[in-house]
Amino acid sequence: MRPPPLLDVHGLTMRFGGLSAISDLSFSAGQGEITAVIGPNGAGKTTLFNCITGFYRPQVGRLVLHHPDGSALGLETLADHVIARKARVARTFQNIRLFPRMSVLENLIVAQHRVLMAASAFSLAGLLGLGRYRRAEHAAIDLARHWLDRTSLTSFADTEAGSLPYGHQRRLEIARAMCTRPLLLCLDEPAAGLNPRESGELNQLLRGIRDEEGIGLLLIEHDMSVVMGISDRVVVLDHGNLIAEGSPAEVRGNPAVIRAYLGEPDEPAVVTGAEG
Amino acid sequence: MEDSSPPLIRSAALAALLAALLALPLLGVRLVDSANGLSLSGRPELVAWAAGGVFCGRLIIDLFRRWIRDFSIRLPVPPPPPEWTRFGVGWALALFALVLPFLPFADRNLVDKATMVLIYIMLGWGLNIVVGLAGLLDLGFVAFYAVGAYSYALLSMTFGLSFWVCLPLAGLFAAAFGLALGFPVLRLRGDYLAIVTLGFGEIIRIVLQNWQDLTGGPIGISGIERPSLFGLSFKAVPPEGQTGFAEFFGLNYSADHRVIFLYFLILALALATNLFTLRIRRLPVGRAWEALREDEIACRSLGINPTTIKLSAFALGAMFAGFAGSFFATRQGFISPESFTFIESAMILAIVVLGGMGSQIGIVLAALLLVGLPEWFRDLQMYRMLAFGAAMVLIMLWKPSGLLSSRSPTIRLGGRA
Ligand SMILES: Nc1ncnc2c1ncn2[C@@H]1O[C@H](COP(=O)(O)OP(=O)(O)OP(=O)(O)O)[C@@H](O)[C@H]1O
Ligand SMILES: [Mg+2]
Repeated sequence: MRPPPLLDVHGLTMRFGGLSAISDLSFSAGQGEITAVIGPNGAGKTTLFNCITGFYRPQVGRLVLHHPDGSALGLETLADHVIARKARVARTFQNIRLFPRMSVLENLIVAQHRVLMAASAFSLAGLLGLGRYRRAEHAAIDLARHWLDRTSLTSFADTEAGSLPYGHQRRLEIARAMCTRPLLLCLDEPAAGLNPRESGELNQLLRGIRDEEGIGLLLIEHDMSVVMGISDRVVVLDHGNLIAEGSPAEVRGNPAVIRAYLGEPDEPAVVTGAEG
Repeated sequence: MEDSSPPLIRSAALAALLAALLALPLLGVRLVDSANGLSLSGRPELVAWAAGGVFCGRLIIDLFRRWIRDFSIRLPVPPPPPEWTRFGVGWALALFALVLPFLPFADRNLVDKATMVLIYIMLGWGLNIVVGLAGLLDLGFVAFYAVGAYSYALLSMTFGLSFWVCLPLAGLFAAAFGLALGFPVLRLRGDYLAIVTLGFGEIIRIVLQNWQDLTGGPIGISGIERPSLFGLSFKAVPPEGQTGFAEFFGLNYSADHRVIFLYFLILALALATNLFTLRIRRLPVGRAWEALREDEIACRSLGINPTTIKLSAFALGAMFAGFAGSFFATRQGFISPESFTFIESAMILAIVVLGGMGSQIGIVLAALLLVGLPEWFRDLQMYRMLAFGAAMVLIMLWKPSGLLSSRSPTIRLGGRA
């Protein structure tokens, strides 16, 4: 029994010159589910995220985001910042992209730009120090504090984001994405570079986001313990093609997946993380 | 350091030899035009001079380099000052600026120079919005200063509007030009943006120079209306229907009154710019500027439209330049394209960069250093640029990220910053 779809990908094709990074890809991600996107290096996972969040414009295909109110948006035609604002898709990046010289709290406040901008009437009301803006700012701080607590970063609120340890920066990026109140959260290798303890905490956090916020998560991950541990569905890409889709257990036993990760019997083995 | 002196001599000797070789054909022989036709004559003394000069020069440079190296190691790099000191320094500076004209040593000359410095501080604060906060490298900022100055001059001459009416209009015009420049360059970043803005600055200057009918061309516009204080004129003989400032307050007429008035006018304008910037840094737009400077892609992923944010930075920065421009016009009473050359843009940018990109007080210090000091040592005209260059080199060696480069957050958990 599958939940209602949140994101529908239909026949997506993304070419760079002669190279097809994604070809004719179709799958869907459900509401309130963690959908893992896995595949060997260069399979097209990050490219898929860039298409969903509007940083790339696919040549062919449709990306439909279903809002809980029943409306649907075609992401393939929208600009990146419009997707973040209207479709409420938030993301993190494979190479962390924080605002390094701004404080941790400021990073989370900037994420609420849209709400604060409206409350401050494009900063005019804020300039005059009107109450409406002050209330909105307090609300923004409260939301930021909530996510700081959830990611155990509260004690770092006033430090420079760029000076945080790597694992903290990863969590901060997730907190920042959540401060935009997204419906779909796309995480590009959030566990990369984390130690096992941090990785375990990340699993907790992501499960918490799914269960308490009820939003959908799309998760690119090489760490199979994370993938198998928390995902509801797994989508496997190889050379831009969908080679398997299903529950973690189904995918784990799929011969095509094993072949993609371990290479053809007569080919040298490919770098993997698929032991788990 | 005896161990390294031979290489020092050797490198100087090598340079001298090279110079001698080069000088031999360039300086060493001369064509002599005589009755017998052309002939060559030697000038060995010039070659010797060239070689000797290069030898000494090289030695001095090497010694200087070594000294700089030791020097930069020895110079303590102070820790970032705690926040309250910066706050205190700001208020102390503002207070000092307020009482400056009434201090015993303040003569007309000093107030005049302080006015000049304040113009640059205001321009620096305006450009700081664009470069320091939004991170958009603008090399043509002087264009907006020019637009402000010419708007004021033309509005006041053509329609007889007073300074106080023209001031906001000039700001609006400059902001409109900021938008006009902003649109085409939105996609550009870094060096490309710098080049296009540089071109824009030159275009404006060249238009001003050539649009004879409107701007008077290279001759410029003179006889620009001087400002009045709520209708009180600063002229020796107030125009028909106006009261003189001195007369109104029962003072003896003095030309100093106007100088002091202009000083306070620019002080007020500059402080308004500062307050505006301090305030807007804490508002969504201001934070978005800084976020954009840090990472544009991350901004877009958070639903921030870089176009509007960049345009607002361009427009607001230009607006303050426009205010400063109309002040400049009313102070001088005369403007021409000469005053709006690239070197002005470079100067303003140097002030912002030297101040520490985004630091308000840093800009004050940098303006004092780059504009105030040279004004002071006017007598040493010849060495001004030399000293200017040396100061820049020293500062870049000592504090590569500007005088005051630490940044304090615009908001803190459990209380406002
Ligand atoms: N902007 C681009 N221009 C040209 N080629 C690109 C671009 N972006 C991605 N590619 C190519 O598309 C293919 C897929 O890249 P992608 O980054 O999506 O892989 P990935 O699955 O995220 O790999 P990894 O696990 O290493 O992150 C690669 O061959 C890559 O070189
Ligand atoms: Mg990738």
